[in-house]
Amino acid sequence: MQNRYSLSHLAELEAESIAIMREVAAEFANPVMLYSIGKDSSVMVRLAQKAFAPGKIPFPLMHIDSKWKFREMITFRDHFCHEHKIDLIVHFNEEGHRQEIGPFSHGSKVHTDVMKTQALLGGLDKYGFDAAFGGARRDEEKSRAKERIFSFRDQFHQWDPKNQRPELWSVYNTKVNQGESIRVFPISNWTELDVWQYLRLEKIPIVPLYFAAEREVVEQNGNLILVDDERMPAQLRETAVKKMVRFRTLGCYPLTGAIESEADTIEKIVEEMMTVSKSERTTRVIDFDQEGSMEQKKREGYF
Amino acid sequence: MDIKEFLDRDEQKDLLRFLTAGSVDDGKSTLIGRLLYDSKLLYEDQLAALERDSKRVGSVGGEIDYALLLDGLQAEREQGITIDVAYRYFATAKRKFIIADTPGHEQYTRNMVTGASTANLAIVLVDAKSGVINQTRRHTFLISLLGIKHVILAVNKMDLVDYEESVFKDICQEYRDFVTRLKIPDLHFIPLSALKGDNVVEKSQNMEWYTGQPLLEILETVYITSDRNFIDFRYPVQYVLRPDADFRGFAGTVGSGVVRPGDDILVLPSRKKTRVKAISTNNGNLKEAFPPQSVALTLEDEIDISRGDMLVHPNNMPRMSRTFEAMLVWMDEKPMDKNTAFFLKHTTRITRATIDRIRYRTDVNTLRKNEAASLALNEIGRATITTGQQLFFDPYMKNHTTGSFILIDPVTNFTAAVGMIIDRPAADDEPKKEARIEETKSEREDSNKETAFRRIVAEQLIEHEGLKLKPYRCPAGKLTIGVGRNLEERGISEDEALFLLNSDISECLEDLQKLFSNKFASLPESVQRVLVDMRFNLGATGFRGFKKMIKAVKEEDFAQAALEMQDSRWFQQVGNRGMKLVKMMAAS
Repeated sequence: MQNRYSLSHLAELEAESIAIMREVAAEFANPVMLYSIGKDSSVMVRLAQKAFAPGKIPFPLMHIDSKWKFREMITFRDHFCHEHKIDLIVHFNEEGHRQEIGPFSHGSKVHTDVMKTQALLGGLDKYGFDAAFGGARRDEEKSRAKERIFSFRDQFHQWDPKNQRPELWSVYNTKVNQGESIRVFPISNWTELDVWQYLRLEKIPIVPLYFAAEREVVEQNGNLILVDDERMPAQLRETAVKKMVRFRTLGCYPLTGAIESEADTIEKIVEEMMTVSKSERTTRVIDFDQEGSMEQKKREGYF
Repeated sequence: MDIKEFLDRDEQKDLLRFLTAGSVDDGKSTLIGRLLYDSKLLYEDQLAALERDSKRVGSVGGEIDYALLLDGLQAEREQGITIDVAYRYFATAKRKFIIADTPGHEQYTRNMVTGASTANLAIVLVDAKSGVINQTRRHTFLISLLGIKHVILAVNKMDLVDYEESVFKDICQEYRDFVTRLKIPDLHFIPLSALKGDNVVEKSQNMEWYTGQPLLEILETVYITSDRNFIDFRYPVQYVLRPDADFRGFAGTVGSGVVRPGDDILVLPSRKKTRVKAISTNNGNLKEAFPPQSVALTLEDEIDISRGDMLVHPNNMPRMSRTFEAMLVWMDEKPMDKNTAFFLKHTTRITRATIDRIRYRTDVNTLRKNEAASLALNEIGRATITTGQQLFFDPYMKNHTTGSFILIDPVTNFTAAVGMIIDRPAADDEPKKEARIEETKSEREDSNKETAFRRIVAEQLIEHEGLKLKPYRCPAGKLTIGVGRNLEERGISEDEALFLLNSDISECLEDLQKLFSNKFASLPESVQRVLVDMRFNLGATGFRGFKKMIKAVKEEDFAQAALEMQDSRWFQQVGNRGMKLVKMMAAS
């Protein structure tokens, strides 16, 4: 099946992603890459480095800090961006932070809306970005399966799933009017396995939380929540136990469930993934709020 | 097999993108659900959610309804139909797959066309009980229009016709009769039952008479690499990498053909020639690059090249023209309007374009060609198109990259239509080989000698006559300019006048580029002409007095610009010229 001019699926996906990033850099005045510190973001940064080598990435990265991220994520972020001389913007919702909004006191819905969705929109508006890269993949969730690679947002950052621009070949429509923007998903066509495979082949560093280790966790509504700092209510902290766990996705620590696991290498993680029976997003608490909840959040501007 | 071995093998797999055409009634969702299920891509929680949803909103009476798994959006779930393209992912031990799952109904032609644009292969589903229907023909037409080379006719629900061979054979024959009119190079026929699993993954025990491969096996083994064009090198420059003074790389995706270091290169549209120095990537230099690799080329000579230019081999040129014919698929709810100056995006080039004429509209059910003046949503027709800038293109059937384009509505920015360029060059723009005028060595030496002589004589004359750039009176009282050119008796020749004009136009263009912050070239050509004319006439300062007009042009409000032009002393003074220019501006 292989001949001299056939590419492996990963080489083909990589070429597609690089072309998408260059297209954005060429056609938009003020793009930004949203940087979540997660493994998909790590892949995105590597792709961007490749797209513009030997030059530097011609747009900044922006991290929307909900102020409830795992501490290890922030350490990783600062170290990584310093080492790679990456132009990083850290943005958070000051008003929400002053009101001490958080998942324990206000619940996941309010916290996500104020500290993630509103913070993101605030950040995009503050710097006037006309294109924002995100690391979402179509295999993650049902409503994402239909999202375009270049996904149009109106001036209120809203996504209209019924009125998406047709997207053919690799001829991307990049036209926007003043105030409107495009969310761009260069790794739309990658699967979770592709991401792991790429991290392995390219030896890309990721936050250690992805690998199994003994960690202090509490059980809350069937989720294993890491005791990451003293903001976790005391009576909850008292129930903490030590377990070998790892995280399949990273976000706000009170909203991200760990899974019990012994997998401390990428190979072992993939092995576990091939046999595990839960899809990736089930460890994210927000998806369970209501039917079609991700679609709802996306209409409102959340990634 | 241990996990390392698994990953090493996984890394080597290639990718097949395929389209499924058919409706829920044909069992399309069931088929996709089964492919995902049998390749174990459904997780426990997705299955649990599926069972729960099937009981609540399902349309198959409590049984597992695979359509719910596939239809992502709330609106669709409520209506019970798929209204958009959804992409699904699965893998087997041999290959990775991306399914473009598209709706079947006629009003969703645009979605099917979208899904088909990136597919290597299409599965056309028919219900064994109903056979080839209008929808089957429509889907097959769209598949051939989009140039998909491999088609599988999947005759589904064979269980409902008692796995009868004659039913299958009749349907195949009918389909074959129809499909000979369309150019599909690779056809397969499979009898299957998605519901029962016959011939999906494993060969069916219920149809011993079928000697071919099951569906999944075809998907795993169909050879697609040679579908790409490795002959005609086309490299649309996407982005110029210039990190420092030493490196100048032209980034892009190889659209077709193969390129190697040392290759002769012709740059379009400038027709400048150079050679490939290196193919640079982050992982070191490559010995060759081919589609669809994204690379960066460095070149031997410093030539001015920017995004939208195309690099080709000098002896293999694309067509270059501002007019061409194409099959258009209308994608917008707003019907076509002949007066619209669309943005046309072709490879990495964006220019203005108008649709001059619709030659005919194709009825997607009968394939009949009907006369038409315009196109509306989901309609397909053959059109003549004129662009502001020249495009470098090939027929779509030979080259999907350089044969495809999109039309963007200039007001809403919606993708109004998509086009596939047709292979019918007018006699005067046949692909030509770049003429090579090779000077012989002695000719070159002679010409060098003459140049040297002229330079010495010119210096001598300047010394004797003087060089003045403004007119003056010579000792004999005649008006003179330059190096002793007598303006009264000799004047200047037409060639010289045109030379001066050309240099004045260059100056105007440079000034306008600056004034319109480098967007001047993307304005409609007629607007560019008006602006050059006015800038020439008025000079740099006078032209800048037209602030409101300049602003209107920047906003691409040409009607307003035309009004602003008339509101001036200039307009009253220049008479007919002013009116002509105003009309040109207003019509843009």
